[in-house]
Amino acid sequence: MAFLDRWFDRNKTKDEAKERLQLVLIHDRTDLAPELLEQLRAELIKVICNYLEVDDKKIELGLEREDRTVALVANIPVKNIKRYIPNAKNK
Amino acid sequence: MVARTIVITSGKGGVGKTTTTANLAVELAKIGKKVVAIDGDIGLRNLDVVMGLENRIVYTLVDVVEGACRLNQALVRDKRIENLYMLPAAQTRTKDAVTSEQMCEICSMLSDEFDFILIDSPAGIESGFRNAATPAQEALVVTTPEVSAVRDADRIIGLLESMEKRGISLVINRLSPKMVKRGDMLDISDVVEILSINLIGIVPEDEAVITSTNRGEPLTFQAVGPAARAFSNLAKRILGEKVPFDELEHMNNKGILGHIKKLFGV
Repeated sequence: MAFLDRWFDRNKTKDEAKERLQLVLIHDRTDLAPELLEQLRAELIKVICNYLEVDDKKIELGLEREDRTVALVANIPVKNIKRYIPNAKNK
Repeated sequence: MVARTIVITSGKGGVGKTTTTANLAVELAKIGKKVVAIDGDIGLRNLDVVMGLENRIVYTLVDVVEGACRLNQALVRDKRIENLYMLPAAQTRTKDAVTSEQMCEICSMLSDEFDFILIDSPAGIESGFRNAATPAQEALVVTTPEVSAVRDADRIIGLLESMEKRGISLVINRLSPKMVKRGDMLDISDVVEILSINLIGIVPEDEAVITSTNRGEPLTFQAVGPAARAFSNLAKRILGEKVPFDELEHMNNKGILGHIKKLFGV
C-alpha cells in the first residue's frame, strides 16, 4: 500500500494528522498551570536556601521542550555557599 | 448487588457519548444485567431523546437532590426491555444544581439495586464532567479518529488518571473503514498508540445510528448492522468476555484493514 501511494505521489492525510497530534500533545501534556509552577519555584527556593545562598530575584525556572522531550530548566545564581550543616543549626 | 459505576466521557462534544451510553445500556440489559443510565448533562439533556424516553419524564435527578421526590419516582423504566432504567437530568437548570458529593450519594443509593450504573458525562472538563466522573470507578473514553477529538480525549484521560480511576478504556467511534483504507483517517493503531490506554470498542460509521435516533430507539434493539454489532461486542468485553480484536494482534495497516473488511463485510 505504502509504496503504491508513493508511486502515485499521494500524501496520506492521516500521517499528517498523527504527526500534528503527537506534537500538540507534547505541549498539552507538559503545560504546567502557572500557579503550580509558582508553587514549585517557591518550594525549590526554600530547599535550596538550606544549602546555598541564592539570588532569588534572578531565578529562571521553566519547562523547555526539545523535539519530543521536556526538561525542567532552572538557572539559579548562587551568591554564597553555606559552610555548616543546616540541621545542626538549632542544636 | 454492588453496581459497577462507569462514566462515559470524551472531553469534546459530539463524538458519541450519549449514543454509546444508550446502546451500551440496552446491550447490557439484553444480556440480563440490571442497568440504570444517568444523564449527567444538566441543562443540555439528550439521553432521554436518544433512548426514546422523553415523554415519560416526571422528575429529574435535580428533583431527587433537592428532595422534591424520592429516587424511585425519578427513575424512568424502559418498557421495551426488562431491567433498563434511566435517570434524567433537569433541562431548565445548570451544572451547579448538583455537587459531586450529591452525585456520589445518588449512585450509592442505586448501587444496591443495579448491576451497572452508566453515567453520561457532559462535554468539557468543568464541574459537569467532575460531577459525572467522581462517583464512577471506571471510565469509558469515547473518541473519533480526528485530531480534535483525540486531543481532547488525551486531556480527559489525564484528568481521569489524576482522579485515580482504575479502569480507563477507550472506545473509538465513527471509524470509516473506507477512509482508513485510503489513508485519510487515523487508524486504530494510531489512536491507541497516541493515547496508550486499553482499547475496548471500535464502532464504525453507520447511518443506522442517526435513523435509530430519529425514531428514538437505540439501534441495539434491532441488533443488525455494523454499529449495533460493535456495541454488542463492547458490552460483552465490559463483562469480561474475550471478544477478539484481530487488529490489536496485527498492528500494521494490512492487518487492520483485513480485520475491518472481515468485520464489516466490505
